[in-house]
Amino acid sequence: MARIKLENISKTFGKHVALAELDLDVADGEFFVLLGPTGAGKTTTLRLIAGLEKQSTGHVSINDGVVDDWSAAERDVALVLQQYSLYPRLTVRENLAFPLKSKLRAASPDEIEKRIAYAATTLRIGHLLDRKTDKLSGGEMQRVSIGRAIVREPQVFLMDEPLSNLDAKLRETLRVELKDLQRRLKTTFIFVTHDQVEAMTMGDRIGVLNKGRIIQIGKPNEVYNNPRDTFVASFVGSPAINLIPGRLSGGKAIIDAASFQLPIERAAPEGAYTFGIRSEDVIVQAGAPVQANVHDIENHGIEKILTLRSGGHFVRASVPGTVNVAVEEVVSFGWNASKVKLFDPVSGLNIDRSTN
Amino acid sequence: MAEVQLLNVQKHFGAAHVIRDMNLTIKDKEFVVLLGPSGCGKTTTLRAIAGLEEIDSGEILIDGKPVQDLHASERDIAFVFQLYALYPHLTVFENIAFPLQATGESRDGVATKVRAVAKAIGIDHLLRLRPSALSGGDMQRVAIGRALVRRPKALLMDEPIGSLDAKLREGMRVELKRLHLENGSTSIYVTHDQVEAMSLADRIVVMYDGILQQVGTPSEVYTKPANLYVAQFIGSPVMNVAEVSLRDSADKVELVVGGEGFQFPREVLGMLDAARAGDGLSLGIRPEGVLVSREDKPGYRPVDVHLIQPYGGFDILDMNVGTKTLKARTTSGFVDRPGARVWARIDPSQAHFFDNRSGATLDIRLGE
Repeated sequence: MARIKLENISKTFGKHVALAELDLDVADGEFFVLLGPTGAGKTTTLRLIAGLEKQSTGHVSINDGVVDDWSAAERDVALVLQQYSLYPRLTVRENLAFPLKSKLRAASPDEIEKRIAYAATTLRIGHLLDRKTDKLSGGEMQRVSIGRAIVREPQVFLMDEPLSNLDAKLRETLRVELKDLQRRLKTTFIFVTHDQVEAMTMGDRIGVLNKGRIIQIGKPNEVYNNPRDTFVASFVGSPAINLIPGRLSGGKAIIDAASFQLPIERAAPEGAYTFGIRSEDVIVQAGAPVQANVHDIENHGIEKILTLRSGGHFVRASVPGTVNVAVEEVVSFGWNASKVKLFDPVSGLNIDRSTN
Repeated sequence: MAEVQLLNVQKHFGAAHVIRDMNLTIKDKEFVVLLGPSGCGKTTTLRAIAGLEEIDSGEILIDGKPVQDLHASERDIAFVFQLYALYPHLTVFENIAFPLQATGESRDGVATKVRAVAKAIGIDHLLRLRPSALSGGDMQRVAIGRALVRRPKALLMDEPIGSLDAKLREGMRVELKRLHLENGSTSIYVTHDQVEAMSLADRIVVMYDGILQQVGTPSEVYTKPANLYVAQFIGSPVMNVAEVSLRDSADKVELVVGGEGFQFPREVLGMLDAARAGDGLSLGIRPEGVLVSREDKPGYRPVDVHLIQPYGGFDILDMNVGTKTLKARTTSGFVDRPGARVWARIDPSQAHFFDNRSGATLDIRLGE
């Protein structure tokens, strides 16, 4: 049982404002991801929850009780870091037992054995228990450090970029393992990352942070399909969403009066906008309304990402991997008019969400 | 003009055999990417071509001339590192002009060349700044500008955008390729990132353990991987691979994955026989080759969805198939919750078959 609540949190380091007006309500048993670029305040938020850092204003609650004055040890949360920080001279078993031997949480030898066995089975590291940790691979070390958190049976798991040091294939495997683990443990996870793929694929909900502020909180598909502003729109999704400045007039997005006009399905006041369209909603097809040169082709196997050049504008389009085109070839494209997002050209806010 | 050739190149570091009898021809104006995990020998190969590393035996030819005994500076090759290695006390202009100092070029000539290259890579507005005032992407642009200003025969790049953030890398990939298109120098590029390799390369050289695993265009390595290593290194999410056996009953032929049978056309039997496939047979199928239906359909079998990973534009399902997990790619939101029952089929035309022991492909391609 652990619901985590942050109310009106701010944190300053000297003159630097690390966090401002932060509100967060993470439900019991939720897998919550804090996503943002370097310096956004993700790690600071995590450390505030862990009790390793004290907020300047506001309150942290665990299970509806304010824990502002509780020490890190009293909060009963487990922190897993990018650096594994295992004891190299100890075996995996001794590393796992270590947190259970602290004075605050001393467990009986039987209990320790039971918990180690459980963690080892859960993480499939049973065969490694008697090995020294400096003999392990990166993935194995990270499993052990997660194991060290599991044995404590904490109320909350806090994870700070635990997969960032691993290679791409291993990250892919561990993403699935971690999500699966959270399902089985039914414990609250708060997971910090700068990697939008991790956030999308693992989170029940994502909180997008930028410059110390929460920009948007939502389910992965909400954040992807209805981003609050151009920052979220371009941070989430790969390739990055196309953001194209233009005017809305007569039911059309007018990017270039002579050569680049496309329909908009939704109603909105006429005027200047930034039009957002994802590459999979750009349609390359003979006879489509806009002419462009193929500026670049990226072959990703299952699909190709074309960068199309029309006048001074560049538009990325996803096409099936079997499509044959050449650089500088002239093609025609349109877009899925129902998928175009409209952003205020000055504030960058999605006009559907600017009242939030 | 620069064709780069490696003939029987060998290199050891102590007991470690880092390049094993490597033969490779990189054509003039080609963009070749050496791809592999750390320790596979890709950087050593690049450094050997540049002359920064001596080889034990074999030959390195540039335009047909052996260069293995020439000093790096005599090979007319430019090198770009992951770390920008700019001179902090010089301006961008002076950094780019630096390699021209020794050439005896006139001041006007230098200025013309620097401006031309700066314009090509989009940093002409930064020429007066010092490196400390630049973003990571701009610093790397300057490093590339410095490499190109001499008009080298070949441009060698070692993970040049590896330290940039994801969005910037996407943009830089396009820039690098356009630059190559316009500039035309033979380019050899090292990375461990398969997305980068697929995106940039005319041809990819997949390396592992000092050995070339496959050389081919991005389409070739993706659709016809030479072995299990390449099959699982290229593509994301990783290709499903499972040991399989055949079940031949009167009315149908099935491939058994994790104890569950998937229907295949009967012709697969003859093809496997012809390829002398023994017992140790593995099936490889990319997530897009696992077809999913929400209703029972002929040729499909029931499976349970264990996890759903939304990527935004599509979903990846982890499905329990007997003792195995199969990943499938579906449209976004196709399955609404984990635990759902769906029906799956393996598309025979997208199936790959590998020999378990050697890992090599059996080169069996079934029709639709």
